[in-house]
Amino acid sequence: MAEAEPSIRYTTRAGQPVVEVGGSWTVFTLRGIRQKAAKALRAAGGQQQRLVDAKGLERLDTSGALEILEVAGCGPDTRIEARDKAHAELFGLVQKNMCVARPEQRVNWFAHWLEEIGRNAVNLYGQGVSLAAFFGEILVVFVEACLEPKRFRTGAVVRQMYEVWVRALVIVGVLCFLIGVVIAYQGVQQLKQFGAETFTVEAVGIGMFRELGVLLTAIIVAGRSGSAFTAQIGTMQVNQEVDAMRTIGLNPVEWLVLPRISALIISMPLLAFWGNMTGLLGGAVACTVYLDFTFVQFFERLRDNVGAWNFYTGMIKAPVFGAVIAVIGCFEGLQVHGSAESVGQLTTRSVVESIFCVIVLDAIFSIIFLLAGV
Amino acid sequence: MAPDRMERPTLAEGGQLVDHRDGRDVVLRLRGVRTQFGDHVIHDNLDFDVFRGEIVGLVGGSGTGKSVLLRTIVGLNQPTKGTIELLGVDTRTVRGRAERELQARTGVQFQDGALFSSLNVTENIIVPIREHAGLEEQTMRHIAALKVALVGLPHDTGDKHPSELSGGMRKRASLARALALDPEMLFLDEPTAGLDPIGASHYDELVRGLTDSLGLTVLMVTHDLDSLNAVCDRIAVLLDKRVVVGTMEEMLAYDDPWVREYFHGPRGRAAIHRE
Repeated sequence: MAEAEPSIRYTTRAGQPVVEVGGSWTVFTLRGIRQKAAKALRAAGGQQQRLVDAKGLERLDTSGALEILEVAGCGPDTRIEARDKAHAELFGLVQKNMCVARPEQRVNWFAHWLEEIGRNAVNLYGQGVSLAAFFGEILVVFVEACLEPKRFRTGAVVRQMYEVWVRALVIVGVLCFLIGVVIAYQGVQQLKQFGAETFTVEAVGIGMFRELGVLLTAIIVAGRSGSAFTAQIGTMQVNQEVDAMRTIGLNPVEWLVLPRISALIISMPLLAFWGNMTGLLGGAVACTVYLDFTFVQFFERLRDNVGAWNFYTGMIKAPVFGAVIAVIGCFEGLQVHGSAESVGQLTTRSVVESIFCVIVLDAIFSIIFLLAGV
Repeated sequence: MAPDRMERPTLAEGGQLVDHRDGRDVVLRLRGVRTQFGDHVIHDNLDFDVFRGEIVGLVGGSGTGKSVLLRTIVGLNQPTKGTIELLGVDTRTVRGRAERELQARTGVQFQDGALFSSLNVTENIIVPIREHAGLEEQTMRHIAALKVALVGLPHDTGDKHPSELSGGMRKRASLARALALDPEMLFLDEPTAGLDPIGASHYDELVRGLTDSLGLTVLMVTHDLDSLNAVCDRIAVLLDKRVVVGTMEEMLAYDDPWVREYFHGPRGRAAIHRE
């Protein structure tokens, strides 16, 4: 848009200071106008104006009018000589509204930082309280459902199990198999130096059973199903479906949360078992390649040297991890308020929180098993 | 009785019942526009003119393609056939710099505001200014504050995020963003839907006032008969895949079953014959 440059001049007319503006004052021509105005004001020696001569204006829009009023340093009482009625109306409109406009507040960065920390601390506390309350609510509904078993919504549980268990089999299987291969390969490489490469079987077996199988499965499930829980329930929140359920008299915890938690508590051990088996298979395959073991030799050594408690310790953790992932996923989903944007934010948060909790719990379990001597 | 179609008067230029151009600029000119999705033809051979400085209300039954027409005009949808001239520019062929200039000269308010949810209201208003004019941060903030005041929002609205606003405030904030660059042509999609009658009539007054003082031209999709009556200079009705445009009086006299039902039904009577 070829438009005339905006011009500004400070002068005196009949002993009265006047600002003369001309050219085009629109949002597209205003860049750098402040410096220009400051220069013109210095040239004129600085003065306070009560009159703006805008008769020479070509084009004007609200932004231009606002800048004219601002650079002329005038308020709602300044007199303006406009070119025509349209410009006069525009000035009038801007003048009327600009007194409402307030200069932006600048906050000191340190104060801002402190405020952020405080706000986060309060949020964290509130989050902890509501998570505890949510957990309590789930327990209440769970006990009620135990007293009246038809409230367990078997259909919903089965549907969720299909999603979180059956559809996760391939990914969990492939990843655990690969990790089994990797551990066996590394074990062979390192233990060979002591001539103890046959201990690779124990390394794979104990590692998989105790930690890796269940941990890997939990992380995959948190990323796959925990996030899905948050996104599903969060979307229902945004669409007010959860509110609709409440008004119909359906308890969202009973209908949405309990089936998901039950499904995951059942599915996690099944998935972890599957992960263990594929992991062992990976280890066995690697051992046949690098150690000249046969499958039979591998599993015989496993039977003789890896105690059953290694397997149980892993399996004990699985349902607990499943419960934690499901509770966090559903809780964050119900935390969604307002926009679709918060669905995304809370989904991310749910995944991060559940993986964090799973690893912390794993450490706590290790201590417990150490003390229990298993 | 002969079928309705036979009795329809021939339309003047641009789908008008009676020519109201009166020497004014044509801001928006549609000629022979056809829109179709697959085999489904929504508009066919549609002519439509909007003149400078007027407010035109676009109405039509559900599924007649009001929103599609709006999207086609602003370029979110390509027509299958025909020409659309917006502010003297052919929107079908415009590209690059000219397209950006055209976008800077038009403003669109979507039905639920379509404010960017990650930005607050001030930042939302600044987005088009920064993109097209690139002024100093402070200046843009002042302009945004002015726009917030212009659309009648309290001054602290600027710091709020869209999710913290009520539906009516979101609509106003969205109007402020549409007005950021002082466009010549403004498109509003159902601006008063979901507002209470008081809020809706304030909004109508706001649009009328801004149109007169900023010299805007407005095309609004609306079903609010009060709005049609109070602020619209002319009314465009989508009938049989085409547009028929006229003043309220002409529409009241127009002989078509849908139009009769719409303007003479109980709601129409209540809104139009009130005074």
